[in-house]
Amino acid sequence: MKRAKCIAAGLLSLCLAIGGSGCAMNEKDDDTYQAIMVTDTGGINDQSFNQSSWEGLKNFRDSTGSTIRYLESKQASDFTTNLDRATDTYPDIVWGIGFSLADSLLQVAAMNPDINFAIIDQSFEETPQNVTGVVFKAEESSFLVGYIAGLSTKTDKVGYVGAMKTFVNDQFEYGFLAGVAYAAAELGKDIEVQEQFTESYSDVAKAKGIANKMFANGCDIVFHSAGGAGFGVIESAKENNKMAIGVDTDQSYLAPDNVLTSGLKNVDVAVESISKMDMDGEEIGGKTFSYGLKENGVGIPEVNKNMDPAVYDKAMKIQEMIINGELVAPSTEETYNEFIANLNGTK
Amino acid sequence: MTRFIQILKKPVTGTLIAILFGFIVAGFILSFAGYNPFAAFHALLTGIIGRPKYLANIVVKSTPLILTGVSVAFAYKMGLFNIGAEGQYIVGALAANLVGISIHLPAILQLPLVLLAGIAAGALYGAFSGWLKARFKIHEVISGIMLNWIALYFSNWIINLDAFHKPNTSGAYPIDQAGWTTFFPNWKSTAEAGQFMTDHPYIGDILRTDFNAGFIFAIALAILMAYVLYRTTKGYQLRAVGDNKDAAEFAGIDVKKNMIQAMLISGALAGLAGALNIAGNAPHAVMQLAAFEGNGLNGLSVAFIADGSPIGCIFSGFLFGGLLYAGQSIQYMIGAPSEIINILIGTIVFLVALKDIVIVIADRLEAREVLKRKEQARAAKGGAASC
Repeated sequence: MKRAKCIAAGLLSLCLAIGGSGCAMNEKDDDTYQAIMVTDTGGINDQSFNQSSWEGLKNFRDSTGSTIRYLESKQASDFTTNLDRATDTYPDIVWGIGFSLADSLLQVAAMNPDINFAIIDQSFEETPQNVTGVVFKAEESSFLVGYIAGLSTKTDKVGYVGAMKTFVNDQFEYGFLAGVAYAAAELGKDIEVQEQFTESYSDVAKAKGIANKMFANGCDIVFHSAGGAGFGVIESAKENNKMAIGVDTDQSYLAPDNVLTSGLKNVDVAVESISKMDMDGEEIGGKTFSYGLKENGVGIPEVNKNMDPAVYDKAMKIQEMIINGELVAPSTEETYNEFIANLNGTK
Repeated sequence: MTRFIQILKKPVTGTLIAILFGFIVAGFILSFAGYNPFAAFHALLTGIIGRPKYLANIVVKSTPLILTGVSVAFAYKMGLFNIGAEGQYIVGALAANLVGISIHLPAILQLPLVLLAGIAAGALYGAFSGWLKARFKIHEVISGIMLNWIALYFSNWIINLDAFHKPNTSGAYPIDQAGWTTFFPNWKSTAEAGQFMTDHPYIGDILRTDFNAGFIFAIALAILMAYVLYRTTKGYQLRAVGDNKDAAEFAGIDVKKNMIQAMLISGALAGLAGALNIAGNAPHAVMQLAAFEGNGLNGLSVAFIADGSPIGCIFSGFLFGGLLYAGQSIQYMIGAPSEIINILIGTIVFLVALKDIVIVIADRLEAREVLKRKEQARAAKGGAASC
């Protein structure tokens, strides 16, 4: 009996000791700038925007000596929990990676008015004072890779593997379609684009199956915007010895001989520069930042060993035109239809 | 010594030793990877009891695990391995979501209907698996795995239909607020509530989470299932079939009927877990799934750590939920990969399977003790004689 009491007392004191140190977590330890990111369900090693955002934060830490941390979401019900968890250490900025976190982020931001929140791929109609939206003009890079695909195809058939119909995916899809159409108009021929959706950002097998089918149907270049699932497209290109176009990061390392180029979405650049702005005391809340070719937010890699240099030079001219505003890449079905109508008109 | 042996012989001791060894193995792996295991376990503990809201989150996380654990444990008593709990969970969540979107009634009707939809869907799905086994002798593990995938893709297809898909998200529309089990959902987002939360840090901390009434259902059902299994005729029949099918049949128990019924109840529990997740947790909707979330599959581990006891599932469910939730803290605070938690859980489940060794050791010790005592007695007798 006495022993049992001893054990109970021991456990209690242990709890108190740990509970005590736990309370210390409520206080902000020092003045170091703290940036925390919460991934979407793709996880931290998705070879795509979650990973890229983390790279951005790591660069930010290396150049400023800030504290950085991340939380991985395994299920959609983790979003609110993780964003809330991220506020426990009183960080300066909390990053939500991906539009799926938008609702949760707004909810948590409303409960923590003194912490800044930022979100990738989302703009709000009314942005709260402590929330920053970050969007990318992915249609511009997609237009470039579409143009490159149009100039490079030998079979006059290219493929596009999308994730699911969302406004973010529309940017890739219609940008790419317009780029291919532009190249086709320039060359004076018809290029067929085969399209299919994986309905998922992580189903590698499905993306691979789709790409296999496209290659079998005569496509020689397939572009994807399916995040982690897009692996399957690159794998398929490797096995069929055809070309794939990567997305988000330079994916040529996955299949050095079978990646034509990549439509970069430099999430890292955006994460790093916005965190830096916040750290320097600039007012970033209540706004949406848009990153395009001009801001180096999107683009294509400088080194593309599988691409004809003449094609690259032509693509750079197009890039100039987009930066100057002479050419506007469409990002929605509506603007795409206008674009095609204009293209046919000038022909 | 005899007391020590008695303690060793209790079934719970083996489980506790397995858990302890799980931590030791995880500690070794952490130090191999170059992280301080004590810092990691400190982070783990702080992640559990550091703040009231962590406890609340663990309860939220554990709710479905307890239910799927009880679901698996219930079928297991009958000799059925319900690996299909994952699929039953998915169809339960889907049905609850669809009903929650389609009807708009006051909470008193809406919530029961949402939950009943989940229970019904899970029950039918489970019973189908049971029927396949009873009618065609298709093993429930095979049909369960196949039905899991069917549920996953069926769910993905349904939530992508225009009628249910919320634009610009990867999921369905959330259910009506009347179907939520979250405490005070409306009041929480008001300014008044914000003030209350600041004034009462402890309660406020809990209110900020998705803390909901689901865990009450989970605990109540675990107790109810234990009652059904051990205190009713039906439960006796089920256990009899589980112990020896042929003997049970000979004794006049309808094995096939009981098989289907057991899977029906097991499926209903897993389906309810899915429905409660929709009713209790943001975003209150089914999301596009690329892979299994693991709520049903983790239920297998929960049931086995609990040694197939429904009441035990309450504790192992909380342990499991706690490890899953607080495991993130290891990563968050000291940067070690959160996969370490999966290794920890895997080791525990593995060792729990081996825990009969503890009983063997206890028997050995007991035998030695008896022998020693006999020798002592003989020596004492001999000593007395020589005197």
